[in-house]
Amino acid sequence: MRTLTSDIVSLPVAGSQKKDGTLWTLKQRLFLGLTTRQYGQQLCRNPVNWVLALLFAVGFPLLFQRYMYGLGAVTHGSNDYPWGLFLGFGLFGMVPLSASGCLLGTTVSLFGREDFHPIERLALLNGLLGYFFAVIYLEVDLGMPWRLAYPMFVSFGPAAVLFLVAWHVATYLSVQLAEVLPAVFEWIDRPGWKMYIKRITLGLTIAGIILSTLHQGALGALFCYAPSKIHPLWISTEFQWIHFLVSAIFGGLAMVIVSSTLINRYMYWRCGEAFRKSLDNLTLGLAKGASYSMITYLAIKLVAVAHDNEWEYLLTGWGFYYCLEIGLGVVLPMFLFAKGVRDGKTGPVRIAAFITVVGIIWNRLNTSLVCFNYQLYQDIPHWKEIWLTVALYGLYFSVYRFVVYRLPIVFDWDESPSVAK
Amino acid sequence: MFTKTSRRTVLKSGLTGALATLFMRAKSAESHSIKKYPDSSGVLVDLTRCVGCRSCEAACNAEQNLPEPELPFTDKSVFDEGEHGQKRRTDETRYTVVNRYEPEGLDHPLFRKVQCNHCQEPACLSSCFVNAYTKTPEGAVIYDPDICVGCRTCMIACPFYIPTFKYSSAFHPRILKCIFCYDTRLKYGREPACVEACPQDALLFGSRDTLIKIGRRRIEEKGDRYVDHIYGEYEAGGTSWLYLSSVPFEEVGFNTDISDEPILDSVKNFLGIVPMVLTIWPALFTGFHLLATRKEKGVEDQNIHVPEDK
Repeated sequence: MRTLTSDIVSLPVAGSQKKDGTLWTLKQRLFLGLTTRQYGQQLCRNPVNWVLALLFAVGFPLLFQRYMYGLGAVTHGSNDYPWGLFLGFGLFGMVPLSASGCLLGTTVSLFGREDFHPIERLALLNGLLGYFFAVIYLEVDLGMPWRLAYPMFVSFGPAAVLFLVAWHVATYLSVQLAEVLPAVFEWIDRPGWKMYIKRITLGLTIAGIILSTLHQGALGALFCYAPSKIHPLWISTEFQWIHFLVSAIFGGLAMVIVSSTLINRYMYWRCGEAFRKSLDNLTLGLAKGASYSMITYLAIKLVAVAHDNEWEYLLTGWGFYYCLEIGLGVVLPMFLFAKGVRDGKTGPVRIAAFITVVGIIWNRLNTSLVCFNYQLYQDIPHWKEIWLTVALYGLYFSVYRFVVYRLPIVFDWDESPSVAK
Repeated sequence: MFTKTSRRTVLKSGLTGALATLFMRAKSAESHSIKKYPDSSGVLVDLTRCVGCRSCEAACNAEQNLPEPELPFTDKSVFDEGEHGQKRRTDETRYTVVNRYEPEGLDHPLFRKVQCNHCQEPACLSSCFVNAYTKTPEGAVIYDPDICVGCRTCMIACPFYIPTFKYSSAFHPRILKCIFCYDTRLKYGREPACVEACPQDALLFGSRDTLIKIGRRRIEEKGDRYVDHIYGEYEAGGTSWLYLSSVPFEEVGFNTDISDEPILDSVKNFLGIVPMVLTIWPALFTGFHLLATRKEKGVEDQNIHVPEDK
């Protein structure tokens, strides 16, 4: 795409009208103003697409296999490890990294920090897609995926933590969809409709905070159902929900930094003036928030160890692993964030953000798989399960890129054409 | 630019958000005590009497129409440790298994029968978000496959690793576990198939309260033969199936780390904060919004000079 945008002056599609004043047709908008042939060419030219193609070529048959022959066909079908990678990575890993929508929405709409506006839409989109794909992963994992809506309409178990997760994620998905809609309205030339969303922005934002607090916490509380199965260092029935909630804050912020870094680097042609100009400052701002929430997280982790009197565990092998996770996944990026902010350098901040994202996923996998059944045995997931998990992530990546290419997420619709170089 | 926010719109939208979340779900998080089931039946398993004949397994298999196993029920090789160095566990083909243990200092092995313990406050039930589980007054914990979504949280929650999932089915998966022969026997006051089949009287069916008394009496009368504990009397809030053993329970595969509080208690901390967040957050964050944006509004609306922050 990059090469084409530099060749063809009218590209990319960044507003309703072409240079000559006529409107872009829907097809042109979908194909970014390219002909089908050109579009296919640029698809093939990008090596990332070849990797994706390979992932899907194996992944989709595996998906078919899962739905035709049951979960046991692609996983170990373990009764001791009822939750595998689909939930451990897809649900428990994706959701905290998608807290970004709520966080930036709050920053801009609730606290009135308009300076974060250029990155707000990206954060909202990141949130929406993350939750959406968490639901996709869930749909792959559920035994009866066609009954997804049962907890809403058919049978209620309101005293269960998962009931809260189901309701909140469903409601929050619609809240996030509403928050991303303005970008869609601009893209389909209906900017007037944005008014409907703007009127309820504050309500949506506050609803988002409530829902996020509760379901991020609820995901942690889910593990409190297994207090005797998870290694004591990874489970604290008192504080588990706070651990998950607070780590979602820096997880979400780090994910926006990662996402914006990738977009700015590999999709520079797509970035608007405001985004390009303010990105470094905003990255530092996000890093500041992340490092504050990290020190909070560390404090609560320490409180949990002290509260349950688990000091002696720290001297065991599991304790070493625990310190490794905290040290590499939280302490190291926290110092990098802090150093970056202090020196005003985005380099360390961006590295820290990558580490943080990996650290969050590592923590969630530790809680749900590695340290689960620590007294029994370790279960290495089936290769098909791993492949399918990665392939679904590839799908998430493709959809994410598809949307950022087209909708005014990192640029302003009808921005003056001189900007789009 | 942002829409002009008056106090009215703030209140309006804040309230809408609050109401939306409030109506969505009313959650009760009141403290509770373990429900008493005065008519609850139970089974007392006496490990000192079991000889590992596996008759109970065979009876269960026939009663519940389970698939025929690869090895016959008379085969003793199943007692050797299997996959992952683990003893056998319940799965979609068997709701109960007997495992052999060789505790140190004992000249003969001990056998432990595993099946659903039918908790007084079942973790599977309290973790289920569609209420697929029911604790019947007779003491059985039964399951409704017609509303189950297949999330398998019950399997996570069960401290005894009992519920199993039919992973082999794409279109009719379900949870499978011992149901105390509820449909065919318990409902009519009859003992479950495994108890009936036991040739050693290792399994004793009766009312839970009576069984506890019997268990106590056995411990009292033959104190040298039993450890002074009835496993299941208090574990995880108490279970309908109770165990007596001649060696410490952890030596025969029981998890003695399971606390006496029902599993539900460990999620109560979280459930308790839910109403707080639902009621306090809207007002709190609307307040933050007003505080954070008030200054600019004051300047804009009234043209008052506000000194810059230093």
